[in-house]
Amino acid sequence: MDDLRRTEALLSQQQTKISARNVQVWYGDTHAIKDVSVEIADKTTTAFIGPSGCGKSTFLRCINRMNDTIPAARIEGDIEIDGEDIYDRRVDPVRLRAKVGMVFQKPNPFPKSIYDNVAYGPRIHGLARGRAELDAIVEKALRRAALWNEVKDRLTAPGTGLSGGQQQRLCIARAVATEPEVLLMDEPCSALDPIATAQVEELIDELRQNYSVVIVTHSMQQAARVSQKTAFFHLGHLVEFGDTATIFTNPEDSRTESYISGRIG
Amino acid sequence: MSALVIVLIVCAIAAAGFVLGRARALASAGGDIRGLHSLPSYYGLNVALAALLPALLLLALWSIAQPLLVERSVAAMLPDGVDSALVMSDVRRVADGLALAVAQGALSPQEVAALDADATDLRATLGDVGVALGSAVTPEILDAARTHRAMSATGDLWRAIVVIAAALAGTAVGWSVTNSALRARNLVERVALALLAFAASVAILTTLGIVLSLIFNTLEFFRLYPASEFFLGTTWSPSFGGGSELGILPLLWGTLYISFIALLVAVPIGLFAAIYLSEYASPGVRGIVKPLLEMLAGIPTIVYGLFALLTVGPLLVELFGNGGPLGLGWMDGGTAVMTAGLVMGIMLIPFVSSLSDDIINAVPQALRDGSLGLGATRSETVRQVILPAALPGIVGAVLLAASRAIGETMIVVLGAGAAARLSMNPFDAMTTVTAKIVSQLTGDADFSSPEALVAFALGMTLFVITLVLNVFALWIVRTYREQYD
Ligand SMILES: Nc1ncnc2c1ncn2[C@@H]1O[C@H](COP(=O)(O)OP(=O)(O)OP(=O)(O)O)[C@@H](O)[C@H]1O
Ligand SMILES: [Mg+2]
Repeated sequence: MDDLRRTEALLSQQQTKISARNVQVWYGDTHAIKDVSVEIADKTTTAFIGPSGCGKSTFLRCINRMNDTIPAARIEGDIEIDGEDIYDRRVDPVRLRAKVGMVFQKPNPFPKSIYDNVAYGPRIHGLARGRAELDAIVEKALRRAALWNEVKDRLTAPGTGLSGGQQQRLCIARAVATEPEVLLMDEPCSALDPIATAQVEELIDELRQNYSVVIVTHSMQQAARVSQKTAFFHLGHLVEFGDTATIFTNPEDSRTESYISGRIG
Repeated sequence: MSALVIVLIVCAIAAAGFVLGRARALASAGGDIRGLHSLPSYYGLNVALAALLPALLLLALWSIAQPLLVERSVAAMLPDGVDSALVMSDVRRVADGLALAVAQGALSPQEVAALDADATDLRATLGDVGVALGSAVTPEILDAARTHRAMSATGDLWRAIVVIAAALAGTAVGWSVTNSALRARNLVERVALALLAFAASVAILTTLGIVLSLIFNTLEFFRLYPASEFFLGTTWSPSFGGGSELGILPLLWGTLYISFIALLVAVPIGLFAAIYLSEYASPGVRGIVKPLLEMLAGIPTIVYGLFALLTVGPLLVELFGNGGPLGLGWMDGGTAVMTAGLVMGIMLIPFVSSLSDDIINAVPQALRDGSLGLGATRSETVRQVILPAALPGIVGAVLLAASRAIGETMIVVLGAGAAARLSMNPFDAMTTVTAKIVSQLTGDADFSSPEALVAFALGMTLFVITLVLNVFALWIVRTYREQYD
């Protein structure tokens, strides 16, 4: 029984969700991503690690076309999700972003109540048929983000009035409330204490059962704990990509080894 | 010696003081700048300021006080029982005329001393040098004028001597205290502070003065005309012969009605333009449209008034007047609330749009990213995230626009007509508070009659309304900010 589950998981892990080929990104004259190709599997957590400014956020933003909103950004190469080129003209970036959710590096709650923050996505996409259903969605999302107990008595209070770590979890709740198929998380635990971090990691593990999760992190331990695959970026290059266990115990590239053991970064 | 010459001399002394102070500071440190507390130019500046400030202050005070003192003593010479304000203005004119005549060589000082009011036609002589007198000069006035001139001349001489002496003394003191340990830099800093504070207080004091004069004249008006009739009267029919009815309500109604229509035009269009510019337009389009819109804001309002009178009014009459294609017959003449309101709205569009554009741009990009990242479209993002976040600022912008609409004059004078009436029909001619202020004060009004003083009461009412609007705007901005930041 247990074995069956594992093989099943292995099988589905092989399925590619996101496939990027020769992606290049420029911000004006800055060449931020240099020829990155990577295959991200379904029902897996993939960690992006690398020194600050190496292009992790930039690459993450390519996957849901958030770079479209930066006038200076220019993207080349192909990115496919479920075999469909997301930079194709026929693809509606708005629909794409509903499918590929994102948690940003800096918490950005809307100047609305906590409830309205979480209900924002479900309302826009018409996910709830009534107030009760919406309430249930909001509660579930807040529980998954480990925030419910702290805010259940003040759902009408402004989301901007929460602490930094609470705001970060609010943004996670907001992103999972729309039930995306892919969740991109840019340093989701940077302002969280160990308990909240553990809860978010639990959430990531839970989401992975059904979705594909990509997480950017500066914590090697976190990458090792939550991810099955790890990609190491350095100066815009994807230096190494492989099973997390291999990257952390037996990296091929000397730069990866130096970074993981704390010699560059 | 004229004040300008004195100022120039004092400046020259100060310049010399600068050079001297600098040199002395350098000498006291043995030529080594590092031995000084401050840079050498600060020592120079310190001496120059010591020369300049007391001297100029003295000059200013003297120039204010001297005419007052001279007129006081001249007035004491005049026989009792005459209207001293009128006579004094005659005396002043004659005295000025005499001084001018001497300066131009039409009269010599001896001739002035020997002048006899009955024998010479002083009026003609002074007329020749460009000073027109209303009536012939009586001997008393001539005497007073001569004394006035003599005292002023002596006063001017002493003024020059005292002021220049003060400048020299200041230089001497500044120079003597100059040594390497003097904290010249800090002293100069303190003077700079005083100067800036002075500039700020001038602005505040002038405002205060304007408000006080408004208040006093308004009170004067209410002594002559009951306040209850002014605020509650529904008829406005001033007549300088007496028996005027000066009720503000028709004017206030016209003001508010026209402003309302103007805002109805300006707020949606201005806001939508701002949203387009800040959220949708490409940098190229934005670079062209934004300056164009702001150019609209630079058009003088009289031009808008002409536009209302000559273009919009006739156009509206053609549409809504008798015999128009719609056959409505709502409008008799081109001047109407609608005409003025539409044109004023057009005038306010750039005002609203450029303020709103700044406010919308100040909404953090992270909020847009958050909304777009959840799969919202741009217009959903604008409606549900950006506008709520920018709302306090936008409300502030609208209230500021309302203040401007209420205070606008030229468009109303030309576009809305002059009839003060309480009517609901926007195609009727009406008038506003500002337009009536103009008409009450232009022409041969006696400024102490209630018909003229009412202008102050009207102005005061406008002032209070705009003040309340502005305070309200600030309050809204504050409360929302507490909630969201
Ligand atoms: N909006 C932008 N405009 C111009 N350059 C940008 C922009 N965003 C990022 N860059 C540049 O692209 C490069 C990669 O930035 P990115 O944000 O992807 O780094 P990162 O790996 O996420 O770093 P960190 O770990 O500090 O978040 C940097 O050199 C950065 O200066
Ligand atoms: Mg980043």
